[in-house]
Amino acid sequence: MRGLRTLSIATVAAIVAGVALVFFYAPLDADQGFIQKIFYLHVPLGIVALAGFMVAAVHAIRHLRSGDPIHDARSYVSIHISVIFGVAVLATGSIWARASWGKWWVWDEPTLVSFLIVFLLYATYYPLRYAIEDRDRQARYASVFAIMAGAFVPLNFLAVRLAESLLHPRVFATAEGGMPGPMWLTFLVSLAGIALLWLTLVRFELAAKDASAQLARLRRALEAPARAAPARRDLARSGAR
Amino acid sequence: MPALPLDEAGKYVAGAYLVFLALVLVYVAIMAAKLQRIDRELRSLATLAEGRGADAQGEGER
Repeated sequence: MRGLRTLSIATVAAIVAGVALVFFYAPLDADQGFIQKIFYLHVPLGIVALAGFMVAAVHAIRHLRSGDPIHDARSYVSIHISVIFGVAVLATGSIWARASWGKWWVWDEPTLVSFLIVFLLYATYYPLRYAIEDRDRQARYASVFAIMAGAFVPLNFLAVRLAESLLHPRVFATAEGGMPGPMWLTFLVSLAGIALLWLTLVRFELAAKDASAQLARLRRALEAPARAAPARRDLARSGAR
Repeated sequence: MPALPLDEAGKYVAGAYLVFLALVLVYVAIMAAKLQRIDRELRSLATLAEGRGADAQGEGER
């Protein structure tokens, strides 16, 4: 829990600053108008979710190398929070698509479909993990999955960048001048806010998992002598007779 | 496609930000429920430990 309070305060401050910049500082987009404000939420969520999957892969490698269960827990929680962020990416993207293109979803757009594939891939992590009863095997298999799926993320990102976009805007394109300074600043503050939120939620989830594990240990320690004590008393009585 | 007028675009922008807020709130509610469970567990363990302490004291006095 160390530093969690400071991290939470920094997260709230960054998100509030980001939202204030989005609505009171960033200029209106000449092409899309007010609807472009969704970009400051949707794109950072997408970047952070994909980066989170990569972080999970790094922890999975560390778990396989060291066998330390803490790395497995970190990998699991990173995927867990990134999947939640993935739901937000799909929801905000659909709203943007509806307003911008008149459709909630476009199946022939590589950016959308490839993100959906990555999201669905990680959605299978849970049934795969909990289908295995043995805890060690479960952790090992989950780590292998996290590494394989994590390797797929940058490949997928590259493939999308190389593919011809039909509708989805390329927000970091520099060929047409790119974004003006105030938009960049707003985007970077929003990105920092979302990244801090991801980190805070990961730390909270890990702290909750750690507390549950410590409680289970404490319960085992307290209940074991309590179960043994009557048996010891019976033994002592039968010995006295 | 031409940019939507502000009154129409505002609905979608508000919708996107509210969806995100709702997701975060649902997550916080789940975490709060987890915290309550941990708190209940902790209280039951404290009761168990106190009961065992009292038993040990009783046996010591005998």
